[in-house]
Amino acid sequence: MADTATAAAADRSQMQVSDEIAVEIRNMNKWYGSFHVLRDIDLTVYRGERIVICGPSGSGKSTLIRCINALEEHQKGSITVDGTLLSSDIKNIDKVRSEVGMVFQHFNLFPHLTILENCTLAPIWVRKIPKKEAEETAMHYLSKVKIPDQALKYPGQLSGGQQQRVAIARSLCMKPRIMLFDEPTSALDPEMIKEVLDTMIELAEEGMTMLCVTHEMGFAQAVANRVIFMDAGQIVEQNEPKEFFNNPQSDRTKLFLSQILGH
Amino acid sequence: MTQSVSYVRDTMLPAQDPPALQSGPVKWVLDNLFSGWLNTILTLVSLYVIYQVLSGILPWMFGGIWDASSLTQCREIRDTELGGKEVACWAVIASRWKQLLFGFYPPESYWRVVLALVLFLAAVAPILFSGLPRKMLWLAVVAPFVVFWLLWGGTIWGPICVALGFVLGWAVLTYGEDIAGELAAILGAILIPILYWLFLAGPLARGIADFSSPILGFSSVISLVGATMAAAGIYLVTRRSSEIGATLLAIVAIIMWWAVVDPYLLVRFGLLEFASGAGLSAFGIEYVPSKQFGGFMLSFILGMSGIVLSLPIGIMLALGRQSDLFIINKFSVIFIEVIRGVPLIVWLFTASLLLAYFLPPGTSFDILLRVVIMVTLFSSAYIAEVIRGGLAALPRGQYEGADSLGLDYWQSMRLIILPQALKISIPGIVNTFIGLFKDTTLVAFIGLLDPIGLMTTIRATTDWNGIYWELFVFIGLLFFICCFSMSRYSQYLEKTLRTDHR
Repeated sequence: MADTATAAAADRSQMQVSDEIAVEIRNMNKWYGSFHVLRDIDLTVYRGERIVICGPSGSGKSTLIRCINALEEHQKGSITVDGTLLSSDIKNIDKVRSEVGMVFQHFNLFPHLTILENCTLAPIWVRKIPKKEAEETAMHYLSKVKIPDQALKYPGQLSGGQQQRVAIARSLCMKPRIMLFDEPTSALDPEMIKEVLDTMIELAEEGMTMLCVTHEMGFAQAVANRVIFMDAGQIVEQNEPKEFFNNPQSDRTKLFLSQILGH
Repeated sequence: MTQSVSYVRDTMLPAQDPPALQSGPVKWVLDNLFSGWLNTILTLVSLYVIYQVLSGILPWMFGGIWDASSLTQCREIRDTELGGKEVACWAVIASRWKQLLFGFYPPESYWRVVLALVLFLAAVAPILFSGLPRKMLWLAVVAPFVVFWLLWGGTIWGPICVALGFVLGWAVLTYGEDIAGELAAILGAILIPILYWLFLAGPLARGIADFSSPILGFSSVISLVGATMAAAGIYLVTRRSSEIGATLLAIVAIIMWWAVVDPYLLVRFGLLEFASGAGLSAFGIEYVPSKQFGGFMLSFILGMSGIVLSLPIGIMLALGRQSDLFIINKFSVIFIEVIRGVPLIVWLFTASLLLAYFLPPGTSFDILLRVVIMVTLFSSAYIAEVIRGGLAALPRGQYEGADSLGLDYWQSMRLIILPQALKISIPGIVNTFIGLFKDTTLVAFIGLLDPIGLMTTIRATTDWNGIYWELFVFIGLLFFICCFSMSRYSQYLEKTLRTDHR
């Protein structure tokens, strides 16, 4: 852990990362029934950091980021998001969720609402922002993800890549301080992956704190300032991307990288 | 190696019409009715059967006798004028249709039933059709009480006192949370109105009605306006310091107005004698007891109250059955299974015979109200299961999507989950409603005079002894119109709500 901390510290100096802590996970454990999914996770995310989490399927990487906005409950240890300690208090959880945006593998847009309504729903009901203002914000972010002209359509009328960009815009409309991405490109065709990744890169360049579970190693190399490799519910290795890809330390990481980059 | 084919088209072909035998109705008939020798034979046989059936039914229906005073006279006309040809004796409908529609409701008050129906339709219209102005939804809030008052009559204080129960529940829910916590407030908001309705609402309404005639009777308008203004004024002035205090003060103001200011004004201006002399009672219209209700009106009242009330209860039960809260979950499961596991007719007998034993002595519980409650509970158990199917059909991602945006439980249910789950459940819900509506004819067995019950009554008269088909056809037609409309509406609704573009 010690050398990762120094590496992260070195990194922070050159990218726009502050000393402010966004997420702090201490000694966190999670079980599904008797199956130990996450074991002793310790992770500190600083504001402005862009972290890519990778690892073989079943390694617990999705579960980890789903714990951060309490979509999954952890059984031991602590998670502090933006200064709020996650407990079973539902109001606490709703508060954290409204500050943390999440983008899912299968978009999870609301099919019965238009794109615009998808984007304004949470600002109107959770943030209590007037409808007109919420719509202006929504249009701003929809232009940012380059689909303002689709605002009045329904999700079912859009392509996968467009839907995922709407999902990103929907999260941004809540003006989140942290964004979580759970394999955002895994359900997309190759040419759509690029449009989504471009959006994410743009977001990263603006200094958004991002945690991203992905197999897109190109994306990791381009924007991440830290790559975390997980296996069997543990953080096996974390490092800055250059070191991580060129000089992996653990055998498990080497094997994984050879498999994923081999073809 | 194959031939090498190099080809360049130099003239483009114009579009042509398909051959006459391959398009339009001719093609349809050839394809569907005469596509082979077997199908041709089947078509001809079917046409013959249809002809036979219709040639029997149509002359019977349309050649029917409308003008006769009894079945015997019908038969005489048939034998003398029509040469014994079997025709319907619609005269029974002509002479008894009012009874089939209204039962023994006083004829001079039929307008009240019709007005109630119009009001009901106007109130549900904005709920059914989203194109209508949203302000019309206020009708839906007021209509139940006005419809109730129009149908049963009596003093208007009855429905107002019942409506007060809802206000009471709302007040407990809004202000109770700060005092006793959320859970207590929710429980209180359910229990306090129920207790109020059971024990207080009746005496209160009677008390006000007795007290208010003639004093408030004449001055009801002045009373209402004055009291409301006094209450609103006090509330607005004192609201800044304390919401609850302001509300309580406003209530006190209303009572003081009625008890002190009103009588004073009346005496002061000598209106009291005038009011009692004019014999005006407190906004009263003639009271019609439930036992005079009957006919299709009864079926409609039972069916529509059941439908309107069972949907929200069904939704709550379905959510309860999905809930993680142990007691709510088990209560929903047990309620649904018990209600659904016992035939409706048993519940109706329970309503008519047993329920009186369980209620506190002195409370007279209207038989119609009891039946409405039973029918509602019965269909809400079915609705709950239908909606549970819809909830289960939603992908988990929808719940997670709503959660991840920070929507709380009720917001995500109301805005995300239920709109989609209900949409999926529309065919099942309407199916249950249609079943419920037709099942209201079972009340004939507990002595209520629904159309089926009235048939027996009509046949018991010497005039119409022995007549069956005509009454059945008429009643069946009424039910068919209602059920078919519901079915068409559900298809319309499914079409309007289709946004998935799959």
